[in-house]
Amino acid sequence: MEETLIIEAPQAATANAPLGDGGVWDNKVGTNITGSQAVLEALIVEGVDTVFGYPGGAIMPIYDALYDYHDKLKHILVRHEQGGIHAGQGYARSSGRVGVVFATSGPGATNLVTGLADAMIDSTPLVCITGQVFAHLLGTDAFQEVDVINITTPVTKWNCQVTDASEIPNALAKAFFIARTGRPGPVLVDITKNAQLQKFDYEGYKPCNHIRSYRPKPIVRKSYVEEAAKLINEAKKPFVIFGQGVILGEAEQEFKAFIEKGGLPSAWTILGLSALPTDHPLNVGMLGMHGNYGPNVLTNECDVLIAVGMRFDDRVTGRLDKYAKQAKVIHLDIDPAEIDKNVKTTVPVWGDCKETLPMLTALIDKKEHTEWHNQFKALSAKENEIVIHKELNPTEGEMTMGEVLNVLNELTNGDAIIVTDVGQHQMVACRYAKFNQSKSNITSGGAGTMGFGLPAAIGAKFGAPERTVVAIIGDGGIQMTIQELGTIMQTGVNVKILILNNRFLGMVRQWQQLFHDKRYSFVDIQSPDYVAVAKAYRIKGSSVNDRKDLKSALAEMLNHDGSYLLEVMVAKEDNVFPMVPQGRGVSDIVLTKDQV
Amino acid sequence: MIQSQNNTQYAPTDTQADPVKQEFTITVYTENQVGLLNRIAIIFSRRKINIESLNTSPSEAEGIHRFTIVINEYEDVVRKLCRQIEKQVEVLKTYFNTNDEIVWQELALYKVPTDIIAEKVMVERLLHKHGARAVVIRKDYTIFETTGHREETEGLIDALAPYGLIEFVRSARVAIIKASSGFHDKLKEFEAFQPAEELAENEYLGKREGVFSM
Repeated sequence: MEETLIIEAPQAATANAPLGDGGVWDNKVGTNITGSQAVLEALIVEGVDTVFGYPGGAIMPIYDALYDYHDKLKHILVRHEQGGIHAGQGYARSSGRVGVVFATSGPGATNLVTGLADAMIDSTPLVCITGQVFAHLLGTDAFQEVDVINITTPVTKWNCQVTDASEIPNALAKAFFIARTGRPGPVLVDITKNAQLQKFDYEGYKPCNHIRSYRPKPIVRKSYVEEAAKLINEAKKPFVIFGQGVILGEAEQEFKAFIEKGGLPSAWTILGLSALPTDHPLNVGMLGMHGNYGPNVLTNECDVLIAVGMRFDDRVTGRLDKYAKQAKVIHLDIDPAEIDKNVKTTVPVWGDCKETLPMLTALIDKKEHTEWHNQFKALSAKENEIVIHKELNPTEGEMTMGEVLNVLNELTNGDAIIVTDVGQHQMVACRYAKFNQSKSNITSGGAGTMGFGLPAAIGAKFGAPERTVVAIIGDGGIQMTIQELGTIMQTGVNVKILILNNRFLGMVRQWQQLFHDKRYSFVDIQSPDYVAVAKAYRIKGSSVNDRKDLKSALAEMLNHDGSYLLEVMVAKEDNVFPMVPQGRGVSDIVLTKDQV
Repeated sequence: MIQSQNNTQYAPTDTQADPVKQEFTITVYTENQVGLLNRIAIIFSRRKINIESLNTSPSEAEGIHRFTIVINEYEDVVRKLCRQIEKQVEVLKTYFNTNDEIVWQELALYKVPTDIIAEKVMVERLLHKHGARAVVIRKDYTIFETTGHREETEGLIDALAPYGLIEFVRSARVAIIKASSGFHDKLKEFEAFQPAEELAENEYLGKREGVFSM
């Protein structure tokens, strides 16, 4: 946090070289090394190639050691610790690996809290390493001392404090194991400065693969799988809803095989988005508050609801006492605590869906369910006619967010990673962006963290450097973490920044319009000249206000060799529809504002 | 019966008629780790659920700690809480039981002026009647101890009040689950799963269905 203390490690020359070869570093075994070196040794053996961080007083010994490791570990100097952790999340989500974040004690560590909460609710694997004051100063209100362990306990899957260097290898081994296994989540290891400096007899780093009190996966019970298969085989109107569990379990193929054999219409939560290609014939769209019409309405008409790796968030279910009451519910989840948490389950299929889906597929009958599919098609046609067509293909008036997405889809053809922030643009992007492959949609789902988009996009690009990364962000969210343009400038990371500027905090404005008598209370937000801001950060940019320039502007952004900021001025008072108004059931979804 | 969460026999919870709040005793077997008490406590406080009584102690298995937590809640809520507790990395197993499924005791201490005790035989009788015993007798005060259920320890307060009860304190509940066969065998099962050692893992996989309830 203190500018004067910064020692910046030189940038690593090679990007994402495959690491994880512990042998290179085994020559340290049996020697005396510092706790800080042990931290970096651990990262190397765990195969970490990129760390997002920000130095400061209490983590200086680790940064000092990093100076000698810069050819093995790439460190991305962010502009704010929140940016660091969101970048770590973006990295984890695009790569499927553990994101690693460094921060110093006190304010450095507290700046991680929003990202931890976000990663916790969105099950993102992270290992955050924070510096802490000397052990003998703990509890003395020392400079930059904050009780990080207790502050972060509710928002971490696990955390621990290390006060002796010899504990570091074990603590980090546990941290990585816990973060990436079972239902993944963020882990924080708080290391006191004395432990970082202390030399100890290094016995090597052994990755952890078992903790006796920790069961990453529940035991799969065959009898429940059989019961579930029986329900599916008897169903006339089976409906699959899937979430991020499919992506985290890397079970995309298993999932596809399952729904294809059963002829099962499938809808996704926003975190499940991209697990199934957009144009797959069984993909019937998005669930929830701003989801598609058919999946919401027919949730209350299906006879068997099959939930795969999702947690029945209130934005998905609407009013619980009006949610799928007629249906038998099969719930596949790796986290036993999710069963019955919000929706009562008829048959729980505990386990990793990578294991349980093939077991189910083997037992279900091959079916088509043509009539049932036609119901989805009919409702989709209605939504298309009333909402989608004019949202995606307006010919006059202000530009819509939907048409920007429509043109973007044409140009990316669904191959880009789309990172979004939070708000109207997020809902529009999730509704309309096209995806061909998994791990392509990165958004703050459960927490709804504005400011997530820009730093997460930076991390996503480091996690998947071969892919195009487009960050779609509103004019509110961009201003929350706009300082990360500095990270883009310094690292040269190629991120396409697409600002959909409606000169409002649009989602809140929409609610104020619909539910608060149009009393627009503090949603009228002004923006700086984004192109000038980008220019100041040596990032190329442009702004379009006219429909006829949209396609060429998007093409220029995508084709530019390097980062690019494009601002698109969109309709000021557009609303996202359909919508399940808060407090209503999913089948009470409305298509226009007159129906609210 | 032992109500183990994630129990083998899955029973949908909405079949119960008219749920009522009642006292549940939650037994949690854990590792001994700094910060775990907080991690468990916030599962309750986050939901604004008051903990009536909380005790931590060693258990029958070496190195394993045992939390005994008493709350007043609906069974459905308790089941969900227990799943959240068991989800914590350092928690091995969580059970919840109604009062008729456990044997439980609380210990209470009472400080009374010795002169009144000495003068009034009635008080001594009173103590006898409540199964109390003197722990310390000094010139100025005497400390009595009794163990029992809440009503029993509370009954003695009422009885002593007229005789100048100076101080009273009661411990948290400790409870034994009637149907439990202890944690030794369970712990072995937890430890047997060592994926690093192929033999152990295969042995485990071979009898997967029979091993733990989760």
